[in-house]
Amino acid sequence: MKPVERKPRLVLVGNGMAGVRTLEELLRLAPDLYEITVFGAEPHPNYNRILLSPVLAGEQTVEQIILNPRSWYEANGIRLHLGKAVIELDRVRRVVRAADGSEAGYERLLLATGSDPIMLPVPGADLAGVIAYRDIQDTETMIGAAACQRQAVVIGGGLLGLEAANGLSRRGMDVTVVHLMPGLMERQLDGTAATMLQRSLEQRGLRFRTGARTEALLGGADGRVAAVRLADGTELPAQLVVMAVGIRPNAGLAGRAGLHCNRGVVVNDTLQTITDPKIYAVGECANHRGVAYGLVAPLFEQAKVCASHLARHGIRRYAGSQVSTKLKVTGIDLFSAGDFQGGEDDEEIVLSDPAGGVYKKLVVRQDRLVGACLYGDTVDGAWYFSLMREGRPIGELREHLMFGESHIGDAGHQGLNRAQAMADGDEVCGCNGVSKGTICGTIRAKGLLTLEDVRRHTKASASCGSCTGLVEQLLMATAGADYSVAPTKKALCGCTDLTHDEVRQAIRTPDGAGGRLLSVAAVFAALDWRSPTGCASCRPAINYYLLSTWPREARDDPQSRFINERAHANIQKDGTYSVVPRMWGGETSASELRRIADVVDKYAIPTVKVTGGQRIDLLGVKKADLPGVWRDLGMPSGHAYAKALRTVKTCVGSEWCRFGTQDSTRMGQQLERALWRMYAPHKVKLAVSGCPRNCAESGIKDVGVIGVDSGWEIYVAGNGGIKTEVAQFLVKVATHEDVLEVAGAFLQLYREEGWYLERTVHYVARVGLDHVRKAVVDDKAARRALWERLQFAIELEPDPWHEPARAGIDLRQFQRLPA
Amino acid sequence: MTAQPTERWETVCSLEDIPRLGARRLERPGLLPIALFRGAGDAVHALVDRCPHKGGPLSQGIVFERGVACPLHNWTIAFADGCAAAPDVGCTPRVAVRRVGDAVQLDTGPAALAAPEGGPS
Repeated sequence: MKPVERKPRLVLVGNGMAGVRTLEELLRLAPDLYEITVFGAEPHPNYNRILLSPVLAGEQTVEQIILNPRSWYEANGIRLHLGKAVIELDRVRRVVRAADGSEAGYERLLLATGSDPIMLPVPGADLAGVIAYRDIQDTETMIGAAACQRQAVVIGGGLLGLEAANGLSRRGMDVTVVHLMPGLMERQLDGTAATMLQRSLEQRGLRFRTGARTEALLGGADGRVAAVRLADGTELPAQLVVMAVGIRPNAGLAGRAGLHCNRGVVVNDTLQTITDPKIYAVGECANHRGVAYGLVAPLFEQAKVCASHLARHGIRRYAGSQVSTKLKVTGIDLFSAGDFQGGEDDEEIVLSDPAGGVYKKLVVRQDRLVGACLYGDTVDGAWYFSLMREGRPIGELREHLMFGESHIGDAGHQGLNRAQAMADGDEVCGCNGVSKGTICGTIRAKGLLTLEDVRRHTKASASCGSCTGLVEQLLMATAGADYSVAPTKKALCGCTDLTHDEVRQAIRTPDGAGGRLLSVAAVFAALDWRSPTGCASCRPAINYYLLSTWPREARDDPQSRFINERAHANIQKDGTYSVVPRMWGGETSASELRRIADVVDKYAIPTVKVTGGQRIDLLGVKKADLPGVWRDLGMPSGHAYAKALRTVKTCVGSEWCRFGTQDSTRMGQQLERALWRMYAPHKVKLAVSGCPRNCAESGIKDVGVIGVDSGWEIYVAGNGGIKTEVAQFLVKVATHEDVLEVAGAFLQLYREEGWYLERTVHYVARVGLDHVRKAVVDDKAARRALWERLQFAIELEPDPWHEPARAGIDLRQFQRLPA
Repeated sequence: MTAQPTERWETVCSLEDIPRLGARRLERPGLLPIALFRGAGDAVHALVDRCPHKGGPLSQGIVFERGVACPLHNWTIAFADGCAAAPDVGCTPRVAVRRVGDAVQLDTGPAALAAPEGGPS
């Protein structure tokens, strides 16, 4: 008999959000890898610590904030020790021992012991009735005190202290907050916002002593705390004192076991303790690059990385997090992130309306948003935070920045910026038709905590993203999660940790021996793709990057293209296809129209429709008929199905129009003939108008050209789609040749730098119009080189409809299987 | 042991008729349309050619190691069980398929899938 192979043992010390989240991520990646044991010092299964404040305020119950009930541990085969604090870690025998003597051996150990509240070392701190605010027991003590005591003092006017004070006040106690600093929440708020917050809390009945130092806690005859004495001699009567002056990483166990600690267990970028690689640490007990995080979003990022190493995937790295803060006091909207104080060389954009209860401050440094402090209206917090994380140049956004994302060309959500005021039936996500009720219900039913999860489960904000702020507010209100932070570095897809830019760079750079990556399979092999054949996200992206980087050399892989680019027609909801032949500049002729009519009759095509791009769409064509339709039309492919140049829309121009100043039709045809067959990161649409009346709608195109008396104005990065975006002025030129060269150079720059599926509007927003102007307008030699590279790339491209062999089309797809 | 009497293996095409990491659609009277996939390592899989979401033709999707992405709304359907990847929910029936040398064979026996009355053609 073969000996039964034993699974390696993984022990988690600390049954809180960071540790259990790591287990969840691990089980998703490698369900059967470990035999898992969990020790928790509290008698409860994992609960959402962030929601203790709503429990204290009486808005939720303890049962409602449980994240993983006991059945979850059972279902995953996890041995759970509750109410057992681990007091000893023996790294030689690889065993942990709890206070009651129970032991567990490990091959891998995960420390997630969280943090301890700091208790001020003042006389009387050990009196009965003096507590911290950290766990369910503290919360229950406070609820109990509120039922039979009258006065409470909260020491500490930070996030946690104010939430505790608010909760106690809501439960009927007289609460005074004692704060050492002159302003509340000084780590998150500037003076103005702090004053507004204090005033608003005072209106709710809280009292404040700011700039006040606690000297002693005084006991009463019953041995319980009776009052707080301040340094100025004031005595504040209190039967309950809550200390909320800060937390300190709980690294006692690790320190006693000889693991290097410095304000937390010191870990590296793979979340392994630097002393013992068998031991990992995540969450508030860990110190990563000098920072111990106390908010949930960074902990979840750590959990992801740690789980990938425990699962032996092992290529993720944690590089630290930016954090943002929200106060969880119902009715008070407050958000802050980044360097909200600002320095001498920074610019501040401020909107201050104290009477209206709104204050917003944005800090801008070198054309980038570096900090935000919002009070009263926080719907755009998520958007500001993402601008900060991405380090995007503000540029033209600047004048609208203060008014938020919903103000930028989007008509979908104006006037609907307060999630709490919405009814359950109100639609939040217009793209996917998701209502507030559905989102909140799913968050509750599935215990979702991050924006990413809400998107996966409900599709809300997963398409155009303009309702992201609303969805995050709902998440906040329902689950209490902090802003879930997408990693600063966004991986191309789940098959890799590399970003679009890193993959492009790898493709562009030959190896030491001069070898180049020229096929999708070669890229996957060279870059250690997790899945050997990729997925539906990365395969088309890599195929495009190869073809755009090494034209004429890279091998096109039709099986890595979406069906539309494989069949050279647009798939419809019933599995038939649509066919759009090219009409140069929107001009056609009697013989073309006759051929189209004959094709419609011959193949019994059910619908013929004029498109928005000045062409004719034949809808409902059977796949098997496509080659015949193409042949009989005798017109070039319109590429209406491809991430490529679509149309060049034109007005009639000076040839006929009594207002026309330029021959826009001819200009458009020249552009279309120069650029057709050009594949790109996404579809590309152009327009040419013959005068500033702009009948071809050049203002909402990837490249829009407008004729004026002295030449042509060129606009770029417009978009008429989900969000209407007006194109930005790039340059004015004199001749047709100049228009061709500037438009071509801009599009080649986009082809070389754009991420797959990124439209020009998003590409330019990411790199900044200045960058484009430098490469395409200021540097004439660079412009010429771009234009020549584009011509080299598309010169030999075949028309797929009429040269299918050269286009590498697998014609078998149009035939029946030979049985 | 002899084969189950309910099985009837029929050659429907050769391996080379299916593009590598690609698919072909098999339409025959009396049967639902079937998608034949050629996955990594030349493994052959067969599913009814209808996405459980909106009926999209899976044979037209992008094929990867463990499944196919539907061309209509990008649901991912696994070859192993015909089911959509979470959080999407739904399954399409699998069809028994095997390779004998270069021949791709389907089980068209009585236990295999017949088109239900009024079902999609």
